Formats: sequence, C-alpha cells, structure tokens
Amino acid sequence: MAASVVATELHKAYGSTVALGRVSFAVEPGELFGFVGPDGAGKTTLFRILVSLVVPDGGEARVDGLDPVRQYRELRRRLGYMPGRFSLYQDLSVEENLRFFATIFGTTIEAGYDLIREIYAQIEPFRDRRAGALSGGMKQKLALSCALVHRPKVLFLDEPTTGVDAVSRREFWDMLSRLRAEGITIVVSTPYMDEATRCDRVALIQEGSLLGVDTPAAIAASFDRPLLVVRTPRRLDALRVLRSYEHARSAWSFGEDLHYADTRDRVEPAEIARLLAGAGIPDAVVRPATAGIEDVFMDRMHGTAAPGAAA
Amino acid sequence: MSGAREPVIAARDLTRRFGTFTAVDAISFDVAPGEILGFLGANGAGKTTAIRMLTGLLAPTSGTARVAGFDVYTQTEAIKRSIGYMSQRFSLYEDLTARENIRFYGGIYGLTNAAIREETAELAEKLDLGRALDQPIRSLPLGWRQKLAFSVAVLHRPAIVFLDEPTGGVDPVTRRQFWDLMYEEAASGVTVFVTTHYMDEAEYCDRVSIMVDGRIDALGTPGELKARFSADSIDEVFVRLARGRGVAAEASKRAGAPA
Repeated sequence: MAASVVATELHKAYGSTVALGRVSFAVEPGELFGFVGPDGAGKTTLFRILVSLVVPDGGEARVDGLDPVRQYRELRRRLGYMPGRFSLYQDLSVEENLRFFATIFGTTIEAGYDLIREIYAQIEPFRDRRAGALSGGMKQKLALSCALVHRPKVLFLDEPTTGVDAVSRREFWDMLSRLRAEGITIVVSTPYMDEATRCDRVALIQEGSLLGVDTPAAIAASFDRPLLVVRTPRRLDALRVLRSYEHARSAWSFGEDLHYADTRDRVEPAEIARLLAGAGIPDAVVRPATAGIEDVFMDRMHGTAAPGAAA
Repeated sequence: MSGAREPVIAARDLTRRFGTFTAVDAISFDVAPGEILGFLGANGAGKTTAIRMLTGLLAPTSGTARVAGFDVYTQTEAIKRSIGYMSQRFSLYEDLTARENIRFYGGIYGLTNAAIREETAELAEKLDLGRALDQPIRSLPLGWRQKLAFSVAVLHRPAIVFLDEPTGGVDPVTRRQFWDLMYEEAASGVTVFVTTHYMDEAEYCDRVSIMVDGRIDALGTPGELKARFSADSIDEVFVRLARGRGVAAEASKRAGAPA
C-alpha cells in the first residue's frame, strides 16, 4: 500500500535560521505516528508544510498521494488539522463552531457524527457556551471535533496536549487510539516523551533534524550503554558524585530516581553503591534499569545542543 | 518543614467566587522560606485564580492570606515588590536582547546601574550566554529563554518567585537544568511556588499540593502523598484525585453566572 504521508528532503529556513533541515520519512496508512521533540524543534514548520500552509524551500511531500504545494485545494478536503494554538472562533458557541467547519467542508454535523460522537458527547452538554469560555481540556476536544467533522483521511495534530494536565492528556491519547482504529492516519507532535510510547512509530526531532525514526520499543532498546537506577534521599549530592565519576556517561534526575549511564560495556550496581557510600551517601539503592525514550532522546541530543549552549 | 521560621505564604480559607461559581474554595496552607512548593491541579481546578490572589492581582472574596508578610487585600503593591513571576506564555520581551531585558527588569525593580551591570555579567557567565547576550530573545531556543526569564524574575532577590508552567514544551535536558537553577535559588532562601504538568517534576518539590475543583485535596511531601495513596508515583496520586473531574468542573462553571 502506498504511504499516507511521505516527506523527501523537506527543507525550510527563515533567514539564517534553519527550521527544517532536509527531513525525510514516510507514514503508513492507518498509522499513529508521533513527532517527539521540544518547542522550537521544527515540528510546527513541518506540519504547516504538510497541511499546505507553508511552501518548503526544498524537497517535496505527498499527503494521501497529493502534493501540498500544487494540489492543495484537493488535499485540504482530505486532511484534518489541529494547530498548536487554539484557532476556533472564540465568540461562536461550541455548536456554531462545529457547524461552521462542517458547512465549509460541504457536510453536516450529522453526517460525520459517528466519528466524533465519543469526543463531542463530552462537550455537547455545553453546546451553547462560547468557545472562548471553555476550559483548556474542553477547548481541545472541540478543536479535535472540528478537525474531524469532514471525515479526513489524514489527521495532523500539532502539540494537542501542551499545557494540558496529566489526566486530560491520558484521555486525549485514549481518543487517538480509538480514531486510529477507524483507519485514520494520525500524525501528532508532542514535547512529552511519555506520550511517545502510545504511538506506532516515533520520530525524535531536535533543531530541525530527525534523531531517529522507529517503534517506541526499538528506540528505547537502542540505548546502548548500561543504565542503572539510583534511589536516595540525597538526590542532588548523589547526582554530583555520579557525574564526576570517571566512567560516567550521564546522570540525570528522573522523578524520584536518578538514571546513571556508564561509558563501559558493563557496570555492577554494587560498584556504584560503593562509589556513593565512599562519598558519604551510604543508603543509596542501585539496580539495573531499562532505558526509556527520554533516556534515548537526552543521550542523542547531547551532541546536538544549541549553538553556544552549555555542552 | 517550616521549623521556627515564619511562613512566607500563609493562606487561611482563601476563597474566590465569580458569581455563583467558586473558583477557589477555602484553601489553607503555609509555605516556608526557601521551600519549593509544587502547585498541581487539573486545567480549570483553580490554580491560576489562586496564584492571581497570592500575587496581589485579584482580590479574594473571603478568607485571609499574607504573602511575604503583606496582606493580599490591602498591601498588594508591597506584595508585587516582594515577588518574582514568570510563566510559559509571557516572560521576556522577544524583540529586546537578553542584555536589554536584564536592564529593563533591573530598572523596573529599582536596581542601580552598577548593580545591573554586575548582574548582567554574572548571568552571562552562569548561563553561558556568550554572544547570545546581544541577540534578540526571539532568536534563542525556548529552553534558554526560560532559564534567562527565571534568572530575571529573581534579579531583585524577591522573597518568593511564582513560576507558572515554566518548563512547558522545554526539552528534557534543559528542563533538568532549569530545576538546578530553582534548587540554587531555594538554597539561598528564595521560596519557589511552581506549577507543572510534568509529573516527574512534582517529585523534585519539597512539598506538593494538588487542587481539585477549587479545593486543596492533598498537600504533603512527595513521599507522604505516595504513602497516603499507596501510589508508586505522584502521577498516580494525581490521576486518582483528578480523574473524571473535567466535565464536572465545566458543569459547575455553567451553573454559575458568566465570569
């Protein structure tokens, strides 16, 4: 089957700033594909090119077989786009917004209702409220409903969960999983590393370049140094000790724990426990750990920090 | 936690209503000098309204609060002089350079020219700004901007700094560097009042409060909260308290008069 989204050497610069540097990838039909990276990594520029709102300086793209530059009219009928910034009409009601988007796509709320039912049902009790008066999580559900009302084949969601609380984030990803089951190709970007695990495949993006594209499991498994979890009440002291160890590759806080990676092929937890005890931290619990996407991302971005940033 | 020292924030039954909608419902808590308090809650739980009252921007409906020793009803200007503030949305002027922003905020807070020069040199070195010092803020990566914005927010040595989602969208390395800066300030006695949607960051706080529907439903050290809810992480505690509250919160807003 032909890929649903294809990017070949896509390039875009604003003045001397390269927003997107020759990026290539392909998204399969029905795939939930995530771009994971911080603000400013180039995610928004990439999405704007793919949804035909920005013309690239170089390279080309196909979305559902169409060229976003030359075939944008036809393409816009087939894609749904939820921009990062809330872009609905604040002074229209919930229902008016949805009806407006249905009308400009030549359809009705009723025709697309089975697709959006589960999402829209949660905001329907407030259908007469102005969109501007909704809270964050509700705005986001309305925006998703509006992006889906014309039954697009490909859905682009640019940072839909930024500024959204941990519970609403989970609910949002549950919804995406259900949409994926309907066969819609979903391309979504996020700065939250934990959301990557809910995608079929993930592209790690940093400063306009892809650091890797693979399944979440394969990306996590690509961490090629031994990793240990260290738990101690004296987290900051332990971090300093670990970072100054001659074999340290990295040491970072991960919630309540520390993650320590070693430059050698093997490291025994007991060795690190001894190191900490020798530095006056006798109570540390050290055990082997499996790396996650965030470990991999931080490891790979290390060599590509911003110009002038502390190395 | 607070020991013998006076709390730097003391709120008692602090309440704010909009019409019949109660955005903040009789919250009471103390924050000690040099403490890092993680102020968590779902969207719409009332965090922003609470912060607006504590920063002297919004008068409470009832209850009391003293911030840096000043009353939130009658001494709001004194409060504003005693605090620093930064958020994800607004922090620095994007078309001014880093140096100009430092100068601007230093001037606003009444620092002398000599002090501003000194602070500029110190910050340039500490944040490794290099030539970025003279580039417009808009050309800097978000993580950098946020680290600089934080440093500027504490330029005038406030008693408390309020940080509203300071690390939203920031890359994972810079997020951690940002917390290093917070620890440094807290160690020098500045109280840090911070909101975040990253639950791993909640674990870095001295204490965490979780707001649900305008009330503080949980307040304690991360260890205490996890023990009380038999949870492995603050994320789990949060989900248990906040799940399913979105629609209820929206419905109660609806019952109220338009804000």
